[in-house]
Amino acid sequence: MKKSYIFAIGIIAIAIAIIISTTGDASSYVTFEEAKVSDDKVHVVGTLPKNENGEVEGIHPSNDKLSFSFIMVDEDNQKQEVYYNEPIPTDFKRSEQVVIVGGYQGNVFVADKILLKCPSKYQEENVNASI
Amino acid sequence: MIHSFVGDLGHLFVILSFVSALLAAFSYFIAARSDDFTKKEFWIQNGRGFFYFHTFTVIGIVSALFWIIYNHYFEYHYAWSHSSIHLPTHYMISCFWEGQEGSFLLWLFWHALLGIFVIFTSKKWEAEVMTIFAIVQAFLASMILGIVIPAISFKIGSSPFILLRDALDAPIFKINPDFVPEDGTGLNPLLQNYWMVIHPPTLFLGFATTLVPFAYVIAGLWKKEYKAWIKPALPWAIFSAAVLGLGIIMGGYWAYETLNFGGYWNWDPVENAVYVPWLILVGAIHMMITFNNSSTALKASIILVITTFILILYSTFLTRSGILGNSSVHSFTDLGMSGQLLIYMLFFLLGAIVLAVVRWKEIPTQGEAVSTYSREFWTFMGATVICMMGFHVLHVTSFPVYNSIAGLLGFDLNLAPPAEPIKAYSNIQIWFAMGIAILSGTGQFFWWKKMDREALKKAITLPIIITLLVSALILLTSEIANAEFFRIQYLLLVLFSVYSIVSNTFILIRISKTNFSLSGGAVAHIGVALMLIGILASSGYSKVVSLNNTGLLISKEADASFNNENLLLFINEPRTMAGYEIIYRGDFYETAENGYFVNVNDLENSTNPRYKIATNDIIENNIVLFNKLDTIEIVPENTYYQVDYKNESGEVFQLFPRAQINEAMGGLLASPDIRRKLTKDLYTHVSSIPNPDEPSEWSDLKELEVEYGKNFFVNDYVAKIEKIEPLTEVEGIELGEGDVAIKAHIKVMGESQDYSIAPIFLIKDKMVGRIPEEITDLGLKINVLNIFPEKNSFVLGVNTSQKKWIVLKALEKPLINVLWMGTLILMLGFSIAMYRRYSDFKKQK
Repeated sequence: MKKSYIFAIGIIAIAIAIIISTTGDASSYVTFEEAKVSDDKVHVVGTLPKNENGEVEGIHPSNDKLSFSFIMVDEDNQKQEVYYNEPIPTDFKRSEQVVIVGGYQGNVFVADKILLKCPSKYQEENVNASI
Repeated sequence: MIHSFVGDLGHLFVILSFVSALLAAFSYFIAARSDDFTKKEFWIQNGRGFFYFHTFTVIGIVSALFWIIYNHYFEYHYAWSHSSIHLPTHYMISCFWEGQEGSFLLWLFWHALLGIFVIFTSKKWEAEVMTIFAIVQAFLASMILGIVIPAISFKIGSSPFILLRDALDAPIFKINPDFVPEDGTGLNPLLQNYWMVIHPPTLFLGFATTLVPFAYVIAGLWKKEYKAWIKPALPWAIFSAAVLGLGIIMGGYWAYETLNFGGYWNWDPVENAVYVPWLILVGAIHMMITFNNSSTALKASIILVITTFILILYSTFLTRSGILGNSSVHSFTDLGMSGQLLIYMLFFLLGAIVLAVVRWKEIPTQGEAVSTYSREFWTFMGATVICMMGFHVLHVTSFPVYNSIAGLLGFDLNLAPPAEPIKAYSNIQIWFAMGIAILSGTGQFFWWKKMDREALKKAITLPIIITLLVSALILLTSEIANAEFFRIQYLLLVLFSVYSIVSNTFILIRISKTNFSLSGGAVAHIGVALMLIGILASSGYSKVVSLNNTGLLISKEADASFNNENLLLFINEPRTMAGYEIIYRGDFYETAENGYFVNVNDLENSTNPRYKIATNDIIENNIVLFNKLDTIEIVPENTYYQVDYKNESGEVFQLFPRAQINEAMGGLLASPDIRRKLTKDLYTHVSSIPNPDEPSEWSDLKELEVEYGKNFFVNDYVAKIEKIEPLTEVEGIELGEGDVAIKAHIKVMGESQDYSIAPIFLIKDKMVGRIPEEITDLGLKINVLNIFPEKNSFVLGVNTSQKKWIVLKALEKPLINVLWMGTLILMLGFSIAMYRRYSDFKKQK
């Protein structure tokens, strides 16, 4: 019996080690204000500002379209310019929520990764009646 | 016109399938509870009848939905949002799993078929096992029920047969309720790949098959036959692991071939959600086999089989409830069914736990301690490592769930998934992988009972020596020792994996001398070890070979790594890369039929972007594919960029990486083309192309006086006016009396081919008109400015612009084929083991 107890304790110890180490590795969701003071990579959740016609404003692709910058509004309604060194992702303009992963470099938030929450990933929202 | 009949029929089938599943569950339940033979038989017959009818209705749903998609009934939301007129038939099948409802349907379909198999093979287990089956089917059918309970306006399920006008609140339907869009919005082009036709059904079959062992273990607990359920469940569990594993790898292979992140695995929560149950299932199989051999590990088998199925439900919940919204790139979004999914999961979770707890005391255990020199000990260790491996991924993937639970309890946990998944997952998983390699190598020696320290030493010495020799050889010939890449865990993983291969080969040779059908384990373990080596080499030692050695920046706006790791290729200008001379040759479209590649220079636009007109005969390998002026249907979404490769040893090949330029999708979507070689793959994709919407910038006009028939230079190319053709008509211009028009046929000799252009010069109503022509490959535009008949000469106006270009990125993926090969060997191992375990079960009375 003893052996199996040791074994069980060993497993639990490893499990706890996994939980502690990975939870320590976890990033966190913050606002731009908090992101400014953080040295680690963080997640910021926000939306893209729209004008009265419902069009997304503030997206500036670079000339070669390899990268772009955009304005994002975080959950505290703070606006911030975000730079992303990749082409504009699929469905970017349609997304209702954007999560950016990265950190500040000077006054610009540089995103390493962008996650989009679309109204429905593969489903259109409106019929284009002119088709 | 709205074709409402087929949708109504489909919906009726959905309702019938739900009801018949409930009736089947009820009948089988009564049968399971009754001891009276005739009564039991009667209810079993009933249950069977209902289940057969249920299967029929499921096939009916599938047929109705396929009918709608096949006939392009875009008045249906499902067809409209997942298909389009030009979608080839084989991709219409893919529409089924692009949408959430369709994928539930697929799952339902597999369960129904598996249920029929189980009815025929389960012998005395039928009533109990099929009760579980039918309950699961009722839950799944409810997901696509699409019925609103009026009193509380609670919606159950989301029906695939909903009309577009009911699904969307578009203004057009107020004006014309019978409006039918002429075309659907189409299948996501990334999913238009043959792997996407077979990967999801395989994966869902894998999902579906986990139900069988689960149903058996519940039946075993229910009937208090704590041991007997393992024999029939084991072959199914192995089958399930094989199919699920194959499905996972197919998904990885699709990503490798279609997406350009350069890999096959991204630690995305959706991928993890399948990976974890697979690991636990493999652990469960090890426990079940151990029980078969030694009557130990019964409780572990029960727990793990139950856990596997619950994890499948959990992953369904994760990917479909929208809870991963902030952490996954490609989960489904909430269709308002998260509550329903949660009930589904909790029903089986709590049901199984309660049943197991009630019966726990009665489950027999083996009293004696397990010796270190026994097979059970090693298998148990192996299964533990596999489960820990799964636990790690499960824990990290579940962060969003922890957040939600914490939110419900009223505090803010705020755990975000790791910002760098590779670091968070791979760097820990590799240690578990080492454990698996060592254990699977050593454990196999305990195949023969009566192993002790001495016998083990004897058996293990030769394999270890060979392992060391082989590893030394790898170390000398590979880059493992290269300081740039060196990591101690990489070295150890190679060493242990080689050890696993060597020792399992020893076992394999010894077993196959006696009975080959027993060799499943050894073969499967060799496969796993090969996969580990393939994964390590292709991920850990992948390197960029498209190094920019020109010293010139590609783009001032891009960052240093882009400028250093990409090559700018101008058309027909050779560059060197990774020992190859490479030349970008031009842009191609794929024809809709036959999939020929046709150079865009040979095509002219028609009014429809799908149809192009051949400007000359298109010939390949001396066969005329198309004649001049033929109308050719192409696939306009994709452009292929031909790049020729040649090296000193005479190896010559072409690659066609493709790109989709799609404003709606946000710019450039590049897919790779891969040169597959035994030892490494050359993986290439375009990372930038000229923006097709931006007109090219032309230099100032240069005038050039040339004589007819004599060579001259334009932009460093030799050219000649070959023929002057008087025209009697010019398209779009009416020529009257006294008007003159000529066409100057000019040949320009490019680096690799000759180009012919024919600019037009005309005088109409005493006014001079000029129609220039362009050679985009050479960046040339030529105009006839003036004609001097007395001198037999012409004045040409020449503009030049930048030549066509692409920016190419290329990576070397060493030994990636070892991963694919290892997968196939693992599947072979699973098949052998399944055959053996099924024969065992059949031999039972």
